[in-house]
Amino acid sequence: MEKEKILYGRSNGFFPSFERRPGPIKTNMHYCPGCGHGILHKLIAEAIDDFGIKDKTIIIAPVGCAVFSYYYFDCFGISAPHGRAPAVATGLARANPENLVISYQGDGDLASIGFNHILQAANRGENLAVFFVNNAIYGMTGGQMAPTTLPGQKTQTSPLGRSVTSEGYPLKVSETVAALDAPVYVERCALSTVQNIRKARHAIRKALTNSIERKGFSLVELLSGCPVNLKMNARDMNEFLDNQMSRYFPLGVYKDTADSRDPISRPTGIYEPQAVRELLYPVRVADGVSESFRNPSRIFQSERRIKLCGSGGQGVLSLGYMLATMGKLRNFNVSWLPSYGPEMRGGTANCSVVLSRDSIGSPLVSKECNLLIALNGPSLEKYLPTLKRNGILLYDESNGSCPDEVLDRVIYTLPASDLAKQLGDLKYANSVLLGAVAVMMCDLFLDEEDKADFDRVFEEAIMDCFHEKEHVVKNNIKAFYIGKANARRIRN
Amino acid sequence: MNKKKFEVRIAPDECKGCERCVIACPRNVLKLGTALNKLGFPYAVRTGQECIGCGGCFLTCPEPGAITVVQIESE
Repeated sequence: MEKEKILYGRSNGFFPSFERRPGPIKTNMHYCPGCGHGILHKLIAEAIDDFGIKDKTIIIAPVGCAVFSYYYFDCFGISAPHGRAPAVATGLARANPENLVISYQGDGDLASIGFNHILQAANRGENLAVFFVNNAIYGMTGGQMAPTTLPGQKTQTSPLGRSVTSEGYPLKVSETVAALDAPVYVERCALSTVQNIRKARHAIRKALTNSIERKGFSLVELLSGCPVNLKMNARDMNEFLDNQMSRYFPLGVYKDTADSRDPISRPTGIYEPQAVRELLYPVRVADGVSESFRNPSRIFQSERRIKLCGSGGQGVLSLGYMLATMGKLRNFNVSWLPSYGPEMRGGTANCSVVLSRDSIGSPLVSKECNLLIALNGPSLEKYLPTLKRNGILLYDESNGSCPDEVLDRVIYTLPASDLAKQLGDLKYANSVLLGAVAVMMCDLFLDEEDKADFDRVFEEAIMDCFHEKEHVVKNNIKAFYIGKANARRIRN
Repeated sequence: MNKKKFEVRIAPDECKGCERCVIACPRNVLKLGTALNKLGFPYAVRTGQECIGCGGCFLTCPEPGAITVVQIESE
């Protein structure tokens, strides 16, 4: 009688049939003949199955031939933007420490566009297993020169061979990562001969074990063949990996400190929406606003574009934020776009706020604005041309009354900074101006029944903006009412 | 007395004819055939040499299910 036992066969780490793969072929992978990806896929699938971690493994594959790895592995799979797998992986690993995250990246991805990402993730010691497939070229796009291309190697974009004087030297990723303190395990293997593949198998299982034990960051670099793009047969490919690539990228363990490390423990995330809300918004902003008031369909049918400007420190951004919050409380779609950088330094700070009943196309208000709020003269001069012909101007006249050339506009004005000074701090000027906004809106847009509820919306907007500090909220609300009492309309 | 022997089995339609198994085999159990499979590739076939069950061909093969190595025990 004969008994059969399968010694080596199709791993259960793969789907039984690749139903996610489009087209009629459901048993084969999409890789070219002799591709190293297939060899590595099999090693990973085998380990995932053997360790019993299918249900918590997430394989992240950014741009590269292996971006479709989710066709094959019977675990979770995510495709990431080019080079960004370590960032996605960080999120997954931190959001749920139970996740077992594998970042599967090629050299055109990890060593090029994503090099900083991998170094930062490694340096943070994220609990990841990174499998770095180094084939010395860009395989997916047809064999262009990569950061890891060998000196003298001919590719589509280095037809005379890579010149170290103009293109530099191949990037040694394992050595670089191993030089950092946080990573626990770095090894370079080659997917060439059976002997080397066995070593790679061991390295992969070791990296996954580190992840399971939560030891931190492991990286396994795998020299891998791309026989089609390098125009080599299997024998030449192995020869290239073992003799030429390995000479520049020596195989071996570069770092292994897993045994001496304690498992990482980090604060876990918060998943209850209510808890997140309470953390972010201690003041329950939307409560207390009546339903009819939250959906007043009769005002502001069209989009309102607001520009706020002043000098840095006057509270222009906070004022814009309060206006946007007010819009949010009235169920508008809102956007708040502050300006940053050299534009702000010592010059005019500005921000754009858009309130709309429809989706907002651009959050930038650079022309045709409906309301311009200017906190000083120079910024008024700069942004006045952006105001629509029939737009409204709100001006802080503390630094001088409105210039004559704007007097044909609808203008609301008050000495906001002076009033704020009387309150004890110049910082309250923005809330004083918010009072003027309230006056303007009551005059021009609101029905009687809306006006009754209106102050509360502003109060809640102030609470939302300064929620951390109770006395600040109190003083700003006081400033708001002072602004409301002092704002006046001039002309028109 | 139990007698063990090993057999390597190729799924013709899953092979892409890269020849990695052919050069990996220490006993020349495999060679590339001349017929084409449904993908249009020539595929690996057995030469008739006896397999020692080392599994090298399976490890080096980039396809998940093209190669299976079995152990046959006869009493």
